[in-house]
Amino acid sequence: MKSLAELKAIKEKMQGQVGLREGSEDGTRVVVGMATCGIAAGARPVLKVLADFVQEKGLANITVTQTGCIGLCQYEPIVEVYEPGKEKVTYIKVDADKAKTIAEQHLARGQAVQEYTVSNSELAK
Amino acid sequence: MYRSNVLVCGGTGCSSSGSKLIIETLQEEIKKNGLEKEVNVVQTGCFGLCALGPIMIVYPEGSYYSMVKVEDIPEIVSEHLLKGRVVQRLLYQETVTAEGVKSLRDTDFYKKQLRVALRNCGVINPEVIDEYIATDGYQALGKVLTEMQPQEVIDVVLKSGLRGRGGGGFPTGRKWDLARKLVPNAPQKYVCCNADEGDPGAFMDRSVLEGDPHVVLEAMAIAGYAIGATQGYIYVRAEYPIAVKRLEIAIEQAREYGLLGKNIFETGFDFDVDIRLGAGAFVCGEETALMTSIEGNRGEPRPRPPFPAEAGLWHAPTILNNVETYANVPQIILKGAEWFAAMGTEKSKGTKVFALGGKINNTGLVEIPMGTTLREVLYEIGGGIPNGKKFKAAQTGGPSGGCIPMEHIDIPIDYDNLISIGSMMGSGGLIVMDEDNCMVDIAKFFLQFTVDESCGKCTPCRVGTKRLYEMLEKITSGKGELADLDKMEELCHYIKNNSLCGLGQTAPNPVLSTLRFFRDEYVAHVTEKRCPAHVCKDLMQIKIIAEKCKGCTACSRVCPVGAISGTVKNPHVIDQKKCIKCGACMEKCKFGAIIKE
Repeated sequence: MKSLAELKAIKEKMQGQVGLREGSEDGTRVVVGMATCGIAAGARPVLKVLADFVQEKGLANITVTQTGCIGLCQYEPIVEVYEPGKEKVTYIKVDADKAKTIAEQHLARGQAVQEYTVSNSELAK
Repeated sequence: MYRSNVLVCGGTGCSSSGSKLIIETLQEEIKKNGLEKEVNVVQTGCFGLCALGPIMIVYPEGSYYSMVKVEDIPEIVSEHLLKGRVVQRLLYQETVTAEGVKSLRDTDFYKKQLRVALRNCGVINPEVIDEYIATDGYQALGKVLTEMQPQEVIDVVLKSGLRGRGGGGFPTGRKWDLARKLVPNAPQKYVCCNADEGDPGAFMDRSVLEGDPHVVLEAMAIAGYAIGATQGYIYVRAEYPIAVKRLEIAIEQAREYGLLGKNIFETGFDFDVDIRLGAGAFVCGEETALMTSIEGNRGEPRPRPPFPAEAGLWHAPTILNNVETYANVPQIILKGAEWFAAMGTEKSKGTKVFALGGKINNTGLVEIPMGTTLREVLYEIGGGIPNGKKFKAAQTGGPSGGCIPMEHIDIPIDYDNLISIGSMMGSGGLIVMDEDNCMVDIAKFFLQFTVDESCGKCTPCRVGTKRLYEMLEKITSGKGELADLDKMEELCHYIKNNSLCGLGQTAPNPVLSTLRFFRDEYVAHVTEKRCPAHVCKDLMQIKIIAEKCKGCTACSRVCPVGAISGTVKNPHVIDQKKCIKCGACMEKCKFGAIIKE
């Protein structure tokens, strides 16, 4: 190592990893339904896409976690986004591609992808 | 990229309760479930709650699993890591409430703690330098080398009010300042780290070395820059194999990254660190003896002055600080002297790590701001005394310290308050005693330790501690006289005044302190030939209460010397001539019919 800049680069590279251990409570929480129904419907790749995106972009205030059965098994994989001070957004029938869109639009820029949400589905109509 | 981190404690406590096997099983199970690219298993240092080991924390949820068994791993992996369903029944039950799972930070054990020296323990993998760097590691070294003059570094440490955490409480900045200025143009200076933690019951330094070894290296390099030294030595006892191994790994990684060695950060500053293993002699925790030992000689103290800052290791100006002291330094540099000085009391700044042991529910490692009361440590963080017993005293400072009785339980813990009641901070062992402990026996235990550990150089310490021990022996065997108590006190002061080093000067403290606060127990031993706590074997008997005995014969079957006789369904009797007072029968009796008196 020659310079402080190199030290900083290592720090930034590792931050996504170690930052995970602070368990931030005031940031955004992204929850993926990972009960048997969720996994069977393909929740794993969804979770992976979201987790990778958050860490690659170094979005320190967002945590991606799993949860059990949300109850809407026929609409799995389900992703819920909890932002402090905002109403929860529930996405249904998410796949890896949709997850990527959600990550890019909602997580990075704060704009919910209305067309994938439960409120936009037949369920709400 | 990992979405989840599973932290498993790899400190000595959890290692001995099997955390290594847990890590291996965990990795196998994770592989079986195809999660190895998603879940990262990290072996960390001590989390502090050693009594509940092995401990495992799953992030980002922060689920705190305690007393984890290998059999539980498949369930944790398939339920929690795969499906995200926290296995509630295996969690640390303090974190489970009616409303759900609460954060670890809100539990009684952690709520009142403030982690400065231990900030990375239980968070990072101590064997990976990148993880230390991720938590601001080596930033402070970078800052001092590129932005600060050596004198500025010393001024910051001085202003922070940091005092030596090894026991004496000497201001760290003053020590550094002396080493910088006392000998102008010294061709060589040294920075030493005292990791020879010898007090029975103390394990904070070990935990820092095991959990965050790089912090010590970084701080030593900062100290080297401040005083003008290029070489450091860590004197660590060989009984700490995990700490030694992690230090070796850390030094190697730091050298690879150029954070130790020549021309660090291209500033022209050279600094390197080597390890010296101690053979476990208590006296080698004393600074002059420690340096004599590093030099390759028999560990014996020498008179001061000259102080090490003037003529220490190989007669060169040397500073010697304790592990925990160093662990505070990088953060003082980064966050500023004011930040550090804002914690603690008027004369004792910052935090102190204590190793809680003895009769306490939450055995483990705690870090509290100076000025926290003993009551808060024992009853809020420590979870109180087990089995509803009554608190009697807490011993601080190990064999050099004294006890704090009930009447002083609300005293704010800092250097000066502890000295004022005849104890001392020491390195931070805090041993809790309840009504079942005999204070004369405790004093005898610590004396036995100093008798064994006296290096023998000074007669008052070598012979005096032995004579003192014999007097205690006489008292606990029921042959003491009241005059012995005064004689003991006189001898105590004689040993204190005539010994060269800290070992002899403090060895009588446990006796003096128990005589001061628990003289009535000594008097009971001498005049009534009675041990109030029923500990001293020559002064107690084990008896069966005939009315309570159901004649189940459990006691007579367990007695190793066949001292209990009696027939089924009839009260049994103990033959006092045969009884060796082992207490095995008391543990077996289901009716509380066997008592000590």
